[in-house]
Amino acid sequence: MSDPHLMHALAQLVPEGARVLDLGCGDGAMLAHLKTSRRCTGYGIEIDDANVLACVKRGVNVIQLNLDEGLSMFEDASFDVVLQIDTLQHLRNAEVMLRETVRVGRVGIVAFPNFAHWPNRLSVLQGRMPVTKRLPYQWFDTPNIRVGTHADLGVLAARNGLTVQDSFGLQNGQVVRLLPNLLAGTSVYKLAR
Amino acid sequence: MIVTPQSMHFDAPLPLQSGALLRDYNLSYETYGMLNTSRSNAVLICHALNASHHVAGVYAGQDKSEGWWHNMIGPGKPLDTNKFFVIGVNNLGSCFGSTGPMHAHPDTGKIYGADFPVVTVEDWVNAQARLLDALGIETLAAVMGGSLGGMQTLSWTLQYPSRVRHAVVIASAPNLTAENIAFNEVARRAITTDPDFHGGHFYAHGTVPKRGLRIARMIGHITYLSDDVMNEKFGRKLIAASQSAQERDYFYSTLEAEFQIEGYLRYQGDKFAEYFDANTYLLITRALDYFDPARAFGGNLSLALARATAKFLLVSFTTDWRFAPKRSREIVKALLDNQRDVSYAEINAPHGHDAFLLDDPRYTSVVRSYFESMEVTA
Repeated sequence: MSDPHLMHALAQLVPEGARVLDLGCGDGAMLAHLKTSRRCTGYGIEIDDANVLACVKRGVNVIQLNLDEGLSMFEDASFDVVLQIDTLQHLRNAEVMLRETVRVGRVGIVAFPNFAHWPNRLSVLQGRMPVTKRLPYQWFDTPNIRVGTHADLGVLAARNGLTVQDSFGLQNGQVVRLLPNLLAGTSVYKLAR
Repeated sequence: MIVTPQSMHFDAPLPLQSGALLRDYNLSYETYGMLNTSRSNAVLICHALNASHHVAGVYAGQDKSEGWWHNMIGPGKPLDTNKFFVIGVNNLGSCFGSTGPMHAHPDTGKIYGADFPVVTVEDWVNAQARLLDALGIETLAAVMGGSLGGMQTLSWTLQYPSRVRHAVVIASAPNLTAENIAFNEVARRAITTDPDFHGGHFYAHGTVPKRGLRIARMIGHITYLSDDVMNEKFGRKLIAASQSAQERDYFYSTLEAEFQIEGYLRYQGDKFAEYFDANTYLLITRALDYFDPARAFGGNLSLALARATAKFLLVSFTTDWRFAPKRSREIVKALLDNQRDVSYAEINAPHGHDAFLLDDPRYTSVVRSYFESMEVTA
């Protein structure tokens, strides 16, 4: 996760001293931030060699694992919070991982790009797939293989019997509670079993 | 880096896991770098099957006598001896200096041979701890080892949890699988059925069970490589083809080495049989077989590792089928269950088990970064 605004906004959702599992933790910046600012402990999961190395350099616990292989290594409710920040859209087994997130964590916090954000809608109305700061990829080389909206995730959560404790949008580091599906580039869900 | 091997004598008997007692013994060891004033920068290296205390550096006047992990350890290397004081120690029962089956029993004066007591990973760790006591080192900044060395590293965190701050466990496992024990058994049978073995007392007969040792090494060597790397290196290439290997006709011989892989294995076997002791091979493979810290906990590794308080780095290699990544993940899971600090790198390397001795930058840079981030007071 490269956006510090997003990182700080999401860190607010994590309780002080929580045990955190960060799925797709990137270079470990979020965990390092949670460790220093909120006394959290935990682990990151990463598949990419360079990111694993970056985590080790920071002194962040990191487990090199392909999330598409699931979370069988982790016991039920073994973490206070499981983070899935800008990860869901890269996973083949997105639905399974959503369930796994709230199996392993008492709370799952999922954040991902909202494809229904109005500039994206505008772009599609003009006949082109969106290319924005939040979605910087061309349609033919995007790693985002699960293209969903803020509203879509709500439906998927309900279909899997998950409790939505909170949901909102984030735009420029600000919480968007009014029409988030239209007005926010990032969708955030706080889920539980 | 010029290094000098040292030896230390221990008078106090060492009680072994089997119930036997090793009355007195020597341990060969080497050290690299300087122990700092707070004695907080010591790192112990545990060796695997056929290695020794000669971990890094070279001996004076012998340019090619590099230690077995010289690419990993030394000044400016991933484990930097400018920062750390590194200790390599030869295990009991080995054939490189520490007391082993080719030495004399102190009571009888007779060569131990097959009578050398069975030693376990736990026994080795106890002996290593005594060496550290003698060197005045209470706490280790880290213990590191690959394969069987990784088992010793893991055992350190269980036997002496308060003496280990970090454990670096590479290409290892919490115990051997049946297949792994099977490979060891084939190697042992090759040795013990060699007519030159004489029940392990071949020294008295002036023989060396070289045939058995060769086969044992050949079997071992196959399991240390991957199918891919063997194909890439040898493929179906024929021996002694000066031009293109395809041009030579087959020898149509069942006895001559035809393919390059055969020549390679024979060469490795011959080389090994020249320097390795047959009884040592039996002892060390048995130590591998017996290691199983979860055994005392009904097979529950998470319960077994509850004692470990060290921070862990584990590394495995995707094509290692002798100590496969899933075995390292078992250790990772047990540490996670105990909420221990652990990082795990699974390196997508083609070289099989041997990868832990090679220079893959993804591997060496993780180890380097781990040691760099380790805090050591002056």
